[in-house]
Amino acid sequence: MAAETTTVDSEEVAKFEAMAAEWWDPNGKFKPLHMLNPCRLDYITGQIAAEFGRDLADPSPFAGLRILDIGCGGGLLAEPMARLGAEVVGADAAERNIPVARIHAEQSGLEIDYRHTTAEALAEAGEQFDAVLNMEVVEHVSDPPAYLAACQRLLKPGGIMICSTLNRTPKSYVMAIVGAEHVMRWLPKGTHDWAKFITPDELFDLLRQAGLEPVDRKGFVFNPLGWSWSISDRDLSVNYVTASVKPD
Amino acid sequence: MDAILIGGGLNGPALALALAQAGLEVTLVERLAPELRTDPDFDGRSYALSHAPAQLLRAIGIWDAVAGHAQPIHKIQVTDGRAGEGAAPFFLLFDGAEIEEWPPGYVVEDRYLRRAYQDALDAEPRITQITGVDVTGHAVDDGGVTATLSDGRALTAQMVVGCDGVTSRTAARAGIGRMSWSYGQTSFSCAISHEKPHNGIAHQFFMPPGPLAILPLPGNRSSIVWTETDSAARRIAELDDDAYLALLRPRVGDFLGDIALAGRRFHYPVPLSIAHRFAAPRVALVGDAAHRVHPLAGQGLNAGLKDVGALAEVLVEAHRRGEDIGRLDVLQRYERWRRFDVATLAWMTDGVNRLFSNDNPLLRLGRDIGLGVINGLPGLRRGLMREAAGVTGDVPKLLRGRAL
Repeated sequence: MAAETTTVDSEEVAKFEAMAAEWWDPNGKFKPLHMLNPCRLDYITGQIAAEFGRDLADPSPFAGLRILDIGCGGGLLAEPMARLGAEVVGADAAERNIPVARIHAEQSGLEIDYRHTTAEALAEAGEQFDAVLNMEVVEHVSDPPAYLAACQRLLKPGGIMICSTLNRTPKSYVMAIVGAEHVMRWLPKGTHDWAKFITPDELFDLLRQAGLEPVDRKGFVFNPLGWSWSISDRDLSVNYVTASVKPD
Repeated sequence: MDAILIGGGLNGPALALALAQAGLEVTLVERLAPELRTDPDFDGRSYALSHAPAQLLRAIGIWDAVAGHAQPIHKIQVTDGRAGEGAAPFFLLFDGAEIEEWPPGYVVEDRYLRRAYQDALDAEPRITQITGVDVTGHAVDDGGVTATLSDGRALTAQMVVGCDGVTSRTAARAGIGRMSWSYGQTSFSCAISHEKPHNGIAHQFFMPPGPLAILPLPGNRSSIVWTETDSAARRIAELDDDAYLALLRPRVGDFLGDIALAGRRFHYPVPLSIAHRFAAPRVALVGDAAHRVHPLAGQGLNAGLKDVGALAEVLVEAHRRGEDIGRLDVLQRYERWRRFDVATLAWMTDGVNRLFSNDNPLLRLGRDIGLGVINGLPGLRRGLMREAAGVTGDVPKLLRGRAL
């Protein structure tokens, strides 16, 4: 793989490699991601179903769709996509995540093409997808415009990209850095660099520069009373998600 | 296959229908053969069904087959009483016309409910029915669960649901313990026919030995549920029908005119039993397998159908977003949803039973005044009534009559 030509920050990759083995324990290190996952999946499945006119109540609603999960980790998003009938490629720049994800997919009886590669390398190879999942990755890359341009090339015309990240606000500093890393110890200290966070308006601009048409944005909001996440139309102050399409 | 449902009583078929109609493939395993479960003769068993659980039956498409045989409850009258003395001067009247969810409840006979379930199960292609065999074991791994049957077959699925009653072996196999205690009470039930009309009024008498409920059935018939101490119950169970009726008459009073038995007599012990957990990896418990409460409020089937509504919604949502429906974090969403509600119901029925099932004159005076006070406060009365109708709190979609 042409891993040396990427924009992936090697220090960032090392941080997640250290955490890879714990991916699938709902009460382990990735508990916050497992808690957020239903919300992420609701958004992703809803957007993809709407874009391609699929009914999620049908068996295998994503049959015939080719989906790429960038930064697939242990496969928390790739497996659900495969279960919904999609042909899934899971890519991760952290090599150790790939065998972890492969073993788990096999245990789950799912066929998923996991590769130790990057968005840039896949784009270089001419791979194309109906949907690209780009979840909590953009705040970790060293050159977001170049990275998003590669993601755009990975989409077929009419394809959709779901991109989530963290907003750069005082609240996100308190929640994601102080709260998640220092108080709750949900994430190792130094997982996130607040200065690299991107506001929704900045992300929309970057997406447009990359040749994509942003069509939706929503917030993921943590409710400490119910200890659960929900999707919000208005509150994009910490975690948020966007959908953008590649014009035909 | 998505789920194996163990137990074909009243909750298992409802859950099977709810899941299958939403696109999941399920297998329902029941020990008894179908012909034993759908005896067309009336055997006297019937159930009080609150407004919200009736909506669930509507949503899963069996209400039309049941509705023609269901007796609406227009009013619920709660009275403190003592056998032979008639009603105490204070009583509490819940009038269905005071809330928008009308009527607040129904009484349905077991025979019609089971027939409707069976016809719907037979018509649903996503449900496989296996009858006349037991589930003898189940083994859980990362990819799913394998259940072994008494005829040697093995079934694999993403998860199993224990709908197998208060002695749930599914719970035991999953290592889920229970908190149980006995009230020292036995519950008797039977159907009676009577001279005068019941006018759609359900009665709850609180008597020193235990509560007595009179639930209206279609025509001049009612279903009686009454509770006695275990020591008295042993003698009562031995009585012939005439002696049994002679005991029942003063308890019921004379407002229905002369009464006669209109079906078989049943009796069973009244335990309170709550499973420590409602979920384990690839296992969920519903109905009596999860919780059995005092029958005084007629909430057993209602609580079970609330479980069905909540579990079906959690599983269908998880299935549609591509999650592994057997994972513990998925099933714990169901547990969190139901656990608080069930604990509240158990505590309330336990407390009410303790308050009323004694003959202390001071407590009698206090509770008579209490019933009068509640009756004088329409807001509180409406609140209690909506609670009884099951329309308060975070109500699952099916219990609001909506499809998943």
